[in-house]
Amino acid sequence: MSVIYVMAPAALLLAAAAVAAFIWATRDGQYDDTETPAHRILFDDPVDHQDDVDRETRE
Amino acid sequence: MTVTAERTSSSESHAATAVACDHCGLPVPTALVEPTAERQFCCGGCEVAYETIRGCGLDAYYAVRDRSADTNQAAKGAGQQYNAYDTDAFLERHAGVTQNGCRSIDLRLEGVHCAACVWLVERLPTIIDGVLDARLSLGSARLRLAWDPQKTGLSQIAQTLDRLGYAPHPARDKSAQSARNHAERTRLIRMAIAGALAGNSMLLAVSLYAGAFEGIDAAHATLFRWISMGIGWLSLAWPGATFFRSAWVACRNRAASLDQPIALALGVGAVAGTVNVIAGRGEIYFDSLSVLVFLLLVGRFLQSRQQRWAAEAVGLTLSMTPDGCRVVRDGRVVEESSEGLNVGDEVVVRPGELFPADGTVLRGASSVDQALLTGESRLVPVEQGGAVYAGSQNVAATLRVSATAVGESTRVGKLVQLVEDGLAEKPPIVRFADRIGGYFVVAVSVIACANFACWATIGGLGGAIESTVALLIVACPCALGLATPLTMAVAIGRGSRQGMLIKSAAVLEKLAGVDPARPATLLLDKTGTLTTGRVTVKRYIGDESLRPWVAAIEVESNHPMARAIGDAFSDGSPSESFPIRDRTESLGFGVAGTIPRGRLLVGSPRFAESHAASIAPGMRSAIEQGHSRGHSVVVVALDEHVVGVVWLSDTIRPGAKGHLDRLRTSGWTPAILSGDADPPVQRVAAALAVPRDAAWASVTPEGKLERVHAATSNDGSRPVMMVGDGVNDAAALAAADIGVAVHGGVEASLTAADVYFTSPGISKLNDLIRLARATMRTTRRNFAISLTYNAAAVTLAAMGWVTPLVAAVIMPLSSLSVLVSAAAFSQNRGAADPSPNPES
Repeated sequence: MSVIYVMAPAALLLAAAAVAAFIWATRDGQYDDTETPAHRILFDDPVDHQDDVDRETRE
Repeated sequence: MTVTAERTSSSESHAATAVACDHCGLPVPTALVEPTAERQFCCGGCEVAYETIRGCGLDAYYAVRDRSADTNQAAKGAGQQYNAYDTDAFLERHAGVTQNGCRSIDLRLEGVHCAACVWLVERLPTIIDGVLDARLSLGSARLRLAWDPQKTGLSQIAQTLDRLGYAPHPARDKSAQSARNHAERTRLIRMAIAGALAGNSMLLAVSLYAGAFEGIDAAHATLFRWISMGIGWLSLAWPGATFFRSAWVACRNRAASLDQPIALALGVGAVAGTVNVIAGRGEIYFDSLSVLVFLLLVGRFLQSRQQRWAAEAVGLTLSMTPDGCRVVRDGRVVEESSEGLNVGDEVVVRPGELFPADGTVLRGASSVDQALLTGESRLVPVEQGGAVYAGSQNVAATLRVSATAVGESTRVGKLVQLVEDGLAEKPPIVRFADRIGGYFVVAVSVIACANFACWATIGGLGGAIESTVALLIVACPCALGLATPLTMAVAIGRGSRQGMLIKSAAVLEKLAGVDPARPATLLLDKTGTLTTGRVTVKRYIGDESLRPWVAAIEVESNHPMARAIGDAFSDGSPSESFPIRDRTESLGFGVAGTIPRGRLLVGSPRFAESHAASIAPGMRSAIEQGHSRGHSVVVVALDEHVVGVVWLSDTIRPGAKGHLDRLRTSGWTPAILSGDADPPVQRVAAALAVPRDAAWASVTPEGKLERVHAATSNDGSRPVMMVGDGVNDAAALAAADIGVAVHGGVEASLTAADVYFTSPGISKLNDLIRLARATMRTTRRNFAISLTYNAAAVTLAAMGWVTPLVAAVIMPLSSLSVLVSAAAFSQNRGAADPSPNPES
């Protein structure tokens, strides 16, 4: 059972990675507006170049 | 015909006719129904929006709207040209430049109410060539726009938005917005970290508990205990530090706070756990502590998220001063951004525009609507040399004004300063939970000391420490600490769905504290709050056959009273059938013209006298009666004989009396604070059964502030609620215990207020009070549940019966039951309150 000495820290590291990802997403502003995207995804015909332009303007 | 005017102003009688507007679906007022037309619209705004949407081939909007909207809203464009939006000064200040040389700006839009609005606004790139991207956030009505300045101007985009019914404004609260965003992100991150730590801590705890029953290798147990301790300390030192900090701040200010008993339990638990881990025996507590930190942070996050919507809505208000203005530069009139104005600049202000700065009139005569500053519903005539104020509206004719004060040194700017001072001075409301927290600390400390002394004398020091530590930890009011913000979050969410945006949950507690046994003062603004703020014809005494002629002569005028008379007297026939020759208008006073029957004059009694009109005794008494009842009086004269008298006044909002009566039974004593003259104030007071001595007229904004100060200091135990809408109320709103801004208000009053109603009038006050009472009932119930658990747990701990298993069962059980109680609150409200205000 000495594997536990490796597994426990490894599990903690995994958790830390998840937390770091979450922190990045939050700082990126992905949780600033949680309401509109839920509606936006239901619109039938999205403007096709929306995503490209969006990426451009965010940078 | 008078009846027609009144019908258009009240909303109830529409139901019978029920012709739905083709744009917004709201009923079309009877006067506007055109039987021959293919399409029916309730207002000009809807018609323009409909044409624009059809013209752009975006008919699909209506399908999206029908799927997603639960309320109807008429399109209300401002009908402006937005030329100032293309000036360099404006772009410099509000817009940014993107990498590829395009520009971007944040705009706040009025009238955004459902997902279909998002759909429509985000179609902008297909409507206007040159718009690269449009992203609308539904909750905050904030539009992020990127456009190519080579292809299109911002003014054109703004005009299109306006025609669609979304009047745009530059987002002035950019720094406040980013601060809010930052604060919320920090809170979210803190919660996430606490959650991850709590989860891992629980995993270890399960292994340890299982090990305690099934057997576990001593080395593994030691490893888990040490890791647990590391996680626990991390949780306390990083996300949990907020509790220690706030408890410490409260201690330093000698104030009570719910964070104090929480910090005490966390601190004691951490120290005892550490000692036990190092010593290699006993309870380690860290699993409970990290879960506790996580749950408390969840509650707080939810509450702040709800409060944020209210803060967002405050940003979405009409700006008090115009964005752009016309300035004379080197002899030419150029459009500029108002922010570039200097003292001494000459400004041209056209009818219908707002003054961009304080100033004196150089040329022209007009009448000015200063309602924003004074609350005064009547127009003030100004002439050459007269003073005008930023934010007031020029009504009648073009004026040239020399700016004497700009920006913050204008009268409006100083009022905003007063608001900020008032907010800074406002004593914070001591929260119910914090008050309880204070008692909690004392009670728990006393019990812990007694327990320690008791055990020390009977069972020795070791047992005494162990049971006292256990007692201190189980006495942590975690259920209460979790349930209070949750209840508030549910209440604020409920409020915002009913059109009451609550900025701080503390006002709910203050409101709930008022009942007939503990009365409170309610100060009400008149114009715009109790009344509609729009004059309508109340009575016409005199020659009926002149009505269409009076309508014809008045209909061309810009004056609100003339428009009211024109609307009321017109029988719908085209004005060409009533030809008027030699029409002359004396701005703000009256109008004269020749009709087949003679020379017709319509205007103020003084205007008639100055034109040598004779007034018969019967007419004179009608004039005097009108004045004494608080009406504005307009006379109609034919060939220098007064033959008719019109009474006009501001209409009291339907249902205002009923709402006020219900407020009285809840313990509020209403009083009116108005900037208007005495007779109209007394008329409204009499109609609403407010005693004469509680209706103050001609009160300046500064005077309103003084009245509120006097009312609050008079008797500290008697809360003061101020309800108003204008800038003239803002300072008073900020100083009052509870400031409520009603729909139509401007930014300053919303910043100052604690609660903002999205519908006009006082109809929502009773709902707000009911909501407050329900919230406090739930909070008290939660408190009772939480206290019961704590009392039981403390008793068990004092007996020395708190085993790890008991603690592990009690804690989640108490939290769970309080959560259920908080959630039940929302369902109860829905069932008990089917129709909040049937009469309005």
